Amino acid sequence: MYAVVIGGGKVGLNLTRELLAKGTEVTLIEGRRERYLRMDAELGFVVQYGDGTELWVLERAGIQRADLVVAVTGDDEDNILICQIARDKYQVERVISRVNNPRNRQYFELLDIRPAFSATDLILKLIEHEVPDYGLVHLLDLPEQRLEVIEIVVCEGCRADGLEVQQLELPEGSIVISVLRGGSGFVPKAETVINAGDEVLVCLDPSLEAQITALFEAAK
Amino acid sequence: MSFVLIVGSGRVGSIVARDLLAAGHEVSVLDGDPLSHERLDAGQESTWEGAGGRFTIGQAIERDALVEAGIERADVFIAATNGDNTNLTIAQIAQKMFNVPRVLVRVMDPARAEWYGSQGMEIICPTSYAVTMFETALGLPGADG
Repeated sequence: MYAVVIGGGKVGLNLTRELLAKGTEVTLIEGRRERYLRMDAELGFVVQYGDGTELWVLERAGIQRADLVVAVTGDDEDNILICQIARDKYQVERVISRVNNPRNRQYFELLDIRPAFSATDLILKLIEHEVPDYGLVHLLDLPEQRLEVIEIVVCEGCRADGLEVQQLELPEGSIVISVLRGGSGFVPKAETVINAGDEVLVCLDPSLEAQITALFEAAK
Repeated sequence: MSFVLIVGSGRVGSIVARDLLAAGHEVSVLDGDPLSHERLDAGQESTWEGAGGRFTIGQAIERDALVEAGIERADVFIAATNGDNTNLTIAQIAQKMFNVPRVLVRVMDPARAEWYGSQGMEIICPTSYAVTMFETALGLPGADG
């Protein structure tokens, strides 16, 4: 596999080191002279100097034969352009981008650049998972398959509190796949009673999320 | 009369803005630097707003700034910031998110200009014009083509 990484900040540099350690062929492109020289001392020919949004710089790095392009510069517009050009002009099969400002994620989605990762979103997901009071956690998202698995806390006095699973009247396209209670989990039966304080895992179509969460949230 | 939104009030954007306003169009300018507003006023008899122009301070990539500047009802969108990649990104936002009927993009780099032009975008590349004019002035064969 051949990977081209654009942007030699902390993410790009460490990613390059890890890929090299795994035996992957990598070229790292960095546009700031100082940074380039520092990395050149460590990585040698792996690092190339230049603006990774210039076509000739990408071509010099051999983007035509790249299997993977990773855009991790500190500029979202640059990352968008790199991914678009890699995918559409050079037919690179896989492009991965970093989103620096989570508010720009909508533009990556608009231009169909995926996957796009943002450190803020990743940390936010961890917070959601680590802080139980947060309510809803996405355990698995498969947007293209229109499927997700969420973990949700059953609140005191919510509509689901005290009902059997079969009485929940979940919408078509959703199912309770397990219940976490007192530190252990089990797969519920139709007559299992849901209690406040339980956490339930639900597999569902993402468009049903609001309907599902309404069942488990405290009455307003 | 069209409603034209110009993003980037530099040397190019500001003059195009003034000329469009003088020609009777409705013109809104968006720029992140409040000082760039002065370019619109410089040497004019009335202020930009006095002459009927609109000015919004905000980042080109910010959805809220684009909306405040009137992108939702723009007939023409001109991307003329000093960044090629910013221009190409916001131009696609104008096309695909806000369905602006006509989108013009300034791109300094001829290679990116050519590629995005071939993808159906309406690109203005000042660098290519300058190259052609130099070569024509020097009588290089084929410079006009």
